[in-house]
Amino acid sequence: MTDAALDAPRGPKPRPALSRRNVFLYGTLLVVSVYYLLPLYVMIVTSLKGMPEIRLGNIFSPPVEVTFEPWVKAWSSACTGLNCDGLSRGFWNSVRILVPSVVMSIAIASVNGYALANWRFRGADLFFTILIFGAFIPYQVMIYPIVILLREVGLYTDLFGLVIVHTIFGMPILTLLFRNYFTTVPEDLFKAARVDGAGFWGIYFRIMLPMSLPIFVVAIILQVTGIWNDFLFGVVYTKPENYPMTVQLNNIVNSVQGVKEYNVNMAATLLTGLVPLVIYFVSGKLFVRGIAAGAVKG
Amino acid sequence: MAEVTAVSSASSARTKGRPNPLTRNLTAKIAAIPMVLTASVIFVGCTIWTVVYSFTSTRSIPRLKFVGFDQYERLWSTNRWLISIENLAIYGILSAIFSLVIGFVLAALLDQKIRFENTFRTILLYPFALSFIVTGLVWQWILNPDFGIQKVVRDLGWEGFVFNPLNNAETVIYGVLIAGLWQGTGLIMCLMLAGMRGIDEDIWNAARIDGIPKWKTYVFVIIPMMRAVFITTLVLIASGIIKVYDLVVAQTSGGPGIASEVPAKYVYDFMFGRTNLGQGFAASTMMLLSVLIVLIPWAYLEFGGKRRD
Repeated sequence: MTDAALDAPRGPKPRPALSRRNVFLYGTLLVVSVYYLLPLYVMIVTSLKGMPEIRLGNIFSPPVEVTFEPWVKAWSSACTGLNCDGLSRGFWNSVRILVPSVVMSIAIASVNGYALANWRFRGADLFFTILIFGAFIPYQVMIYPIVILLREVGLYTDLFGLVIVHTIFGMPILTLLFRNYFTTVPEDLFKAARVDGAGFWGIYFRIMLPMSLPIFVVAIILQVTGIWNDFLFGVVYTKPENYPMTVQLNNIVNSVQGVKEYNVNMAATLLTGLVPLVIYFVSGKLFVRGIAAGAVKG
Repeated sequence: MAEVTAVSSASSARTKGRPNPLTRNLTAKIAAIPMVLTASVIFVGCTIWTVVYSFTSTRSIPRLKFVGFDQYERLWSTNRWLISIENLAIYGILSAIFSLVIGFVLAALLDQKIRFENTFRTILLYPFALSFIVTGLVWQWILNPDFGIQKVVRDLGWEGFVFNPLNNAETVIYGVLIAGLWQGTGLIMCLMLAGMRGIDEDIWNAARIDGIPKWKTYVFVIIPMMRAVFITTLVLIASGIIKVYDLVVAQTSGGPGIASEVPAKYVYDFMFGRTNLGQGFAASTMMLLSVLIVLIPWAYLEFGGKRRD
C-alpha cells in the first residue's frame, strides 16, 4: 500500500466479459465441472427412483416419482450374506472405529511431533526418517506380520486392534504435520516457559495445544476422511460383524445373490460417502490445507 | 499421571545438576516410544519379516523352511500375476501422464485470476474426499451397459453404439482408469495450483514485457520452474498407484475373469483367501521392490545434497 502503487492503475487491462478468452476459459471449466459432478448427480438421482423407473428410463433423467424407500432399505434392511440389517450396522461400526482411532492417533502423533520439534534427543532423527520412509512402504508388505502380532496380544479381529493399526499408519503423516507446525512456534516462548519451570507436559498443554488448534482441526479432517474411507485394514483386521461401512457397502453392492437393486445400491453408496463429503464441504480450505500438507511435504 | 512423570524427571534433573545423557529429556523419550516402536517393529521389523518369509515354503502357517527363489519363480510363471503387472503398468503409466497433464491444465485455467475460483476448485476436488469403494461403485453403475452411458446414447438413436469397457477383458483396465482419474486429478490440480502460486509475479511480468504468449510461458518457463512440484507429485502418484486395491475390488472384483487383477489384490487373495502365504509374501516383496525403485532415486535427488541441514 505505497503511494506509488496508487498512482497508476494496477493489474492487467480490463477485458470485456464475453471475450474469446473468457468464453474458452469458463466454457472449459464448466464442461469439466459438469463431468466431475455427474457421478454425484447420477448417485442422487438413481437413489431416489423406484426400480421400474430405472429399468425404463436412463440414468441421467431426474426421478419422475421421488421415493425415499431405497434409502430406508439401504440403511435398515439391505442384505450382506447372512444378516439383513442394512448399512446401519456398518455405519455404527465405522463410528466405533473412527472415534478412538482419531483421538488416539492425534494424541500420540501430536505429542510425538512436539517431542521431535522441541525436545530433540539423540536418535530422534533416525527414527523420524524411518517413520517418514515407512509411509511409502506398501501396506501389503506389513499386513500379515501385524496379524500375527495382534493375534499374540489377543486383539486380532477386535475393534481395538484396528484402532491400533490406524494409529500406526496415521503416525508418519500426522507426526510430520505436527512437527512442522510446532517448529514454527517461536523458540523464545518455549524458553520462557522453561525458565518459569514448566516441564514437558506443562508446555504441551498450556502453550503448544492452545496455540495450534488449527493444525489439530486439519489433523482431524485428515484422519476422519482417511479412516472412514479405509477398506483394506477394515477387511483384514475385523470380523464380519465388525466390518466398517466401506466393507459392508462393497459386500452389499457386489453380492452375487438376489436381484440387483440399483437404487438401493446407490443410496447405500451415497450414505457411505456422506460423512467425508459433509466434512469436505463444511471444512473447505482446511481440507485442502490438510491434503496439501500431507502431500507436498510428504 | 503424565504430569507426575514430567515433574519428577524435571526435578531429578535439577537436583543432579549435570544430567546424565540417558535420563536427559526423559519425558520426551517416553513420549516418543510409540514412534520408536512403529518405526522399528512395524516399518522395519515387519517388512524384514515378510521379505525373509518370502524365501520360505510357507503355506498356511509361517515356517522358516527356506526354498530360495522358488516362490518368486512360481510367482513370475503365474498368469494372474503377469496380468496384474501388465494392468498395473498400463494403469500406472496412463494415470501418471493423464493426472499430470489434466492436473496442470486445470490448475493453469484456475490460475487466470478467474471468478468463482473457489467454486470450481471445490467441484474438482470433491471426488478426492470419497473412498475408492464409493468411486468404484458409482463408475460401475455409470458404465453399466444395460442402464449407463451405452444405453443412454443408444436411446438417442445410435443403435450400434458400444461403450462397455468393464465387461471386456481388453478394455476393463481403462474403465478403472476413468474412475481413478475422476477421483484423483483434483488433488494433483491443487498441488499444481499451489506450485504456480509460489512462482514470483515478476516472472510473469518479464514474460509479458518480452511479448511471450501465455501458453509458451507456461510450457517453457513455468513447467521447468515447477520441476520440484512435478517430481513430488509424480512420486505421490506412483506410490499411490502401486497400492491400487479397493478401486478394483469395488468396480470389477478383478473381472471379467482375471482381466483387471492388480498386484495388491493378488497379495490379499493369496494371504487371506487361499492361505498361500508364501506367494503373498513374494508378491508383496515385489511391490516393495517397485516402490524402492521409485523412491530411492527420488530421495537421492531430494535429500542427497543437503543431508546435513
